[in-house]
Amino acid sequence: MQFSSFTDFINMGGYAFYVWLSYGVSTALIIYLLLSSVSRHKAVLQQISLRQKRELRLRQAAEQNIQEQGLTQPELNDEIIDQMVINATANASVDVANKTINESK
Amino acid sequence: MFKWLHPYANPEVSYHFCGKLQPWLFSLSALFLGIGLVWALLFAPADYQQGDSFRIFYIHVPAAILAMGIYLAMAIAALSSLVWQLKLADASAAAMAPIGAIFTAIALITGAAWGKPMWGTWWIWDARLTSELILLFLYLGVIALHNAFEDKNLAGKAAGILSLVGVINLPIIHYSVEWWNTLHQGATVSKMGAPSMSAEMYWPFLMCLLGFSLLIAALVCLRFKTEVLARNSMRPWVRELAVNLITQYSPASHNCSNQEAK
Repeated sequence: MQFSSFTDFINMGGYAFYVWLSYGVSTALIIYLLLSSVSRHKAVLQQISLRQKRELRLRQAAEQNIQEQGLTQPELNDEIIDQMVINATANASVDVANKTINESK
Repeated sequence: MFKWLHPYANPEVSYHFCGKLQPWLFSLSALFLGIGLVWALLFAPADYQQGDSFRIFYIHVPAAILAMGIYLAMAIAALSSLVWQLKLADASAAAMAPIGAIFTAIALITGAAWGKPMWGTWWIWDARLTSELILLFLYLGVIALHNAFEDKNLAGKAAGILSLVGVINLPIIHYSVEWWNTLHQGATVSKMGAPSMSAEMYWPFLMCLLGFSLLIAALVCLRFKTEVLARNSMRPWVRELAVNLITQYSPASHNCSNQEAK
């Protein structure tokens, strides 16, 4: 142990301000880096799962539309639903994909 | 020869590999940083000329060495992305840039706080300091380019070329204290052969260096995972993973919205 007392330790042989400034700023920057990395990771996951919920809603809306229009032929149903979902989600998905990447920065 | 490496070109395999490494790297870095910093602050001897201000050394030098190390790693990733079109290499370069920038900033700030009591000035346009500042600007440029394009492949290319050009700065930083008469002291630990410092100072330094390296490795894993997810957000495995993880983070809100959806 290089210091005889706690005050002595805090004083750092007269260099207290410079030593604690260095250690303080470094700690703060590293904590900032840690927190921002974790929150960015969570934000990306959140965006990806939100998009899936939106796609689910779009799919349900498309199915409902088809029922209301009375298109019930079983052989057409899946194709039409898929086409409607693709149309509805295509633009939205591309937007969201770009947004996910850009906002996650 | 490198066949064992091939599966890691798959984003999913790399993602899970990093996920496995990450907790080990974080706990080991906490261990070594704990030992190293307590040793550096309490038990390492004061320098016979610089007194206790020498304790800044234990952050300043590892940060400066690693800032250059991350840059080199980033440039190698950029090169492999440009030459072999490895998309994951772009993701890892994008993951490393902010970490390198933070460590360069730490090296500069701790250097300023050390320079003030020792040289009498916070900053001087000396070769070592200026080239280190250029390293910070290179990092900022790379980060800016990664964010400047909607198309991530294009962004990776632009940022990769900048990082490769910037490699010229690394030998300049390293040899600046020999090539020019600078205020900055010469190399102590990165000299060829034996370091010119006592073992009592060298060991806590090595602990800190190892601790910071592990911390950086852990952060690279975490940020690399984020990049992989963002770049593969349309893949089924990412979609499944995102839903599962979000459910873990906030089960209540997820259940609610699920019921709404039904």
